[in-house]
Amino acid sequence: MSEALLKVQDLVVEFETRRGPLRAVDRVSFDLKPGEVLGLVGESGAGKSLTGAAIIGLLEPPGHIAGGSVSLKGERIDNIPREAMRKVRGKRIGMVFQDPLTSLNPLYTVGEQLTETIRTHLPLNQAEARQRAVDLLVEVGIPAAEKRLESYPHEFSGGMRQRVVIALALAAEPEVVIADEPTTALDVSVQAQIIAVLKRLCAEKGTAVILVTHDMGVIAETADRVAVMYAGRIVEIGPVRDVIKTPIHPYTRGLMGSIPDPSGEAERLLQIPGAMPRLNAIPAGCAFNPRCAFAEDICRAERPQMRRIGASDVACHLAETFVRPA
Amino acid sequence: MSALVTVENLTRVFDVSKPWLNRVIEGHPKLFLTAVDDVSFSIPKGKTFALVGESGSGKSTIAKMIVGLVRPTSGRIAFDGTDMAGIGTDAASRRLRSRFQMIFQDPYASLNPRMRVGDIIAEPLRTFGLETDRAAVSARVSELLRLVKLDPRDSVKFPHEFSGGQRQRIAIARALAGRPEFIVCDEPTSALDVSVQAQILNLMRDLQEEFGLTYLFISHNLAVVRHMASEVGVLYLGRLVETAPTRQLFAAPSHPYTRMLLESVPDIGMTGRARMPPSGEIPNPINPPAGCHYHPRCPLVREECRRQRPPVVTVGADRVMCFAAGEPR
Amino acid sequence: MTDSPLPRKPGLGERWAAFWDSDIAWSFRHSPLAIIAALVVAIIFVAAIFGPWFAPQNPFDPSSLNLMDGKTPPMTPNAFTGTRFLFGTDDQGRDVFSTILYGSRVSILVGFAAVALAMGIGVTLGLIAGYRGGWVESFIMRVADIQLTFPSILVALMIFGIFKGFFPAGSQNDLAVPVLIIAIGLSDWPQYARTVRGVTMVERSKDYVSAARIIGQHPARIMARHVLPNVLGPVLVIATLGLALAIIAEATLSYLGVGVPPTQPSLGTLIKIGQEYVASGEWWILLFPSLTLLALALSVNILGDWLRDALNPRLR
Repeated sequence: MSEALLKVQDLVVEFETRRGPLRAVDRVSFDLKPGEVLGLVGESGAGKSLTGAAIIGLLEPPGHIAGGSVSLKGERIDNIPREAMRKVRGKRIGMVFQDPLTSLNPLYTVGEQLTETIRTHLPLNQAEARQRAVDLLVEVGIPAAEKRLESYPHEFSGGMRQRVVIALALAAEPEVVIADEPTTALDVSVQAQIIAVLKRLCAEKGTAVILVTHDMGVIAETADRVAVMYAGRIVEIGPVRDVIKTPIHPYTRGLMGSIPDPSGEAERLLQIPGAMPRLNAIPAGCAFNPRCAFAEDICRAERPQMRRIGASDVACHLAETFVRPA
Repeated sequence: MSALVTVENLTRVFDVSKPWLNRVIEGHPKLFLTAVDDVSFSIPKGKTFALVGESGSGKSTIAKMIVGLVRPTSGRIAFDGTDMAGIGTDAASRRLRSRFQMIFQDPYASLNPRMRVGDIIAEPLRTFGLETDRAAVSARVSELLRLVKLDPRDSVKFPHEFSGGQRQRIAIARALAGRPEFIVCDEPTSALDVSVQAQILNLMRDLQEEFGLTYLFISHNLAVVRHMASEVGVLYLGRLVETAPTRQLFAAPSHPYTRMLLESVPDIGMTGRARMPPSGEIPNPINPPAGCHYHPRCPLVREECRRQRPPVVTVGADRVMCFAAGEPR
Repeated sequence: MTDSPLPRKPGLGERWAAFWDSDIAWSFRHSPLAIIAALVVAIIFVAAIFGPWFAPQNPFDPSSLNLMDGKTPPMTPNAFTGTRFLFGTDDQGRDVFSTILYGSRVSILVGFAAVALAMGIGVTLGLIAGYRGGWVESFIMRVADIQLTFPSILVALMIFGIFKGFFPAGSQNDLAVPVLIIAIGLSDWPQYARTVRGVTMVERSKDYVSAARIIGQHPARIMARHVLPNVLGPVLVIATLGLALAIIAEATLSYLGVGVPPTQPSLGTLIKIGQEYVASGEWWILLFPSLTLLALALSVNILGDWLRDALNPRLR
């Protein structure tokens, strides 16, 4: 078994409010291997984006890490000083956000932003950095890269802008890229292009990716493994094919069943009753129990621990009963 | 089968020029954006017609014109034979208005945050004068809430006390209040999570069956469209490039743009089919390419595509705006 | 399943509990400055409203005055009559404490009425401008812009001057308060109009307004029922800050001698009277009205600032 590149263990993110702390991420653990694409999927409020933000140390106050650890190649990065974290960010962990406009400075040209990032993290002179910036833009598929260096972010279309952001994230050759909903703001046809670019580049450079998204389709296309989150907890994590084709946790099964299939016409979609609980009203035991058709007494009393079922890990008391004997 | 809604040669041009003073001083010409360009379709009673398109396709503008929020520049919209031009706020217009409704994309913006849910749902009842008696209004509101699977006791709450999916149910209850025959649904689930989307789509189908509703369903999500629609129209930069029965459109798309759209849907079934990422991007709608708007991205492009607007060709039940339509490939 | 009980709107007790638990109330409870300011405002308001019932004397009833009490320092027995006065007396033997109670009444009345007038005009024009757009909006907003280029006190002076020209000299004293209200109210409306127009433009583009338009509601009804309640938050903030400004504007005008006459003084008039005696050593005649004005304006302003922050979700 290969050594984990990034190890997240029992990560807890809480928000201080006047009514006491709200737990938005609750004891989340996973490993990321070098070169692997891990999908972090869930519906809004599941805590997937916060998990990503906690890993790169970009939690907005009053949110903060209230427990657990994040280690990059065996070194903890969750409790290091701000200054040290800033060096990790960009150099060792890159980021791609949903809205490319917020991650680019509108006052500087794309070239200036790229060369600055490159020179901050790599020992190159101006000319070398510039050449590297051109190479990066070519790699992400921006036509006339040399000329586009002089353009400002607003002069790019949404899809092209997201390519620039990917180039920026990869500028310092980081070991990990965290991509938070990188295609959500884009049109369908552009989405496919961006996914293809991200996937190709990370494979070429051996960069590991944490892909945060609500879109199972994107996960199916891109990820090697996928972690499904519900109410701040991981309910199921495993190889993408297993999770998508033979999900075990009742939530994952409900989620998969509720997606309209573009290649077939189901008369009626499977639906999970109710909605994800608010953070101040997460039920005791298994967070999913009030919506679960199979819930038993133990589900209401005790929080299920992760257990290995086949190639996946599932947090469900009844997981074994859902697996068809081979 | 008779058409409930007929749209003929609908066109809408927006003036997107800078203010007059800027134009004079900076010497800019007037700028126009043809958001909807000569679009025609009709929706049979009790069916769902879907309009699919990416940003700038004009799908929302068509929806707004049909419900009278935006005036067409030219063309005609007929509702059950009645021309919708010049619909106002007089009594006759109200009677016509009570027959159609709209459901919006963002359930956070479509409900007045300062009004109680009961009052929101009762708005159409009061405006159309359908119920005047207090008790009758409250009984009808309770009935509507139950219809969308909410609790009648929710009527005294405010919208912010509900989740996105519940808000969309409230919006649906409001839409149903005036017992309409036709509902324009503008991306009704694209702001919602998938599990909630499934609840809303199922609810909409149940309601359609129960009340014989006719839907115009607008979406960018092809999977959702396939699930909901009986016929689909594909829009590209304001033009309807293909109209076909759903099954046929998904099985054998004729227009190259439709094919590209279908191709770019992520393969959630993990069938392992090889995908070619689409090439190019949507051009600026203020200055679209001449001839067929799709020609710069089209693999089948030929000389005439660059010069001339392609005619609409009928291939079986499929209407396609393409020079190459109907040719074997 | 049993039928659910008939929907019932929450009672007063529940509403109070909900309000007490709301973010606004919580923010107030945790802001000592706002609490102090609210207390000061409340004390001055109560004193002004109920002043005539507990003021030691009616300073504007000549029969209750004793010229012998003139220029008595605070808390010191008068040399002739031996009477003590909390804040002393002025040259005519008027109790300064009583004049402040009566004066605050005029100041607060003018302040509230002027704000109400400015708000009425500004909100109406702002709603129309924001909802209608086009040339109507351009016209209203250009007028507002032009007026904003003049300091509002100058505009008020002008309006005051115009009114004076219209009325005979004899009726001017009786009309002083209404004219003052109109002058200050007319000079302050553009602020409301600008803010309301901006918020209206945002709100009218939201789909709940589209929903009302689709069912054919009249624009006036949409504005009153849907848009207006949603623009009131920012208006309340401006109104509170505007109240402090209106009270100061009234004081300034009265101080300049174009406001209320000395027979019916406001805080501004009292300050004007008082400053004539500072040089001769009777400092209390100026100090106490000034302190009252300062405390009132400052407290109202602090409340306005707090309200603005409390209503702004981004700062929370």
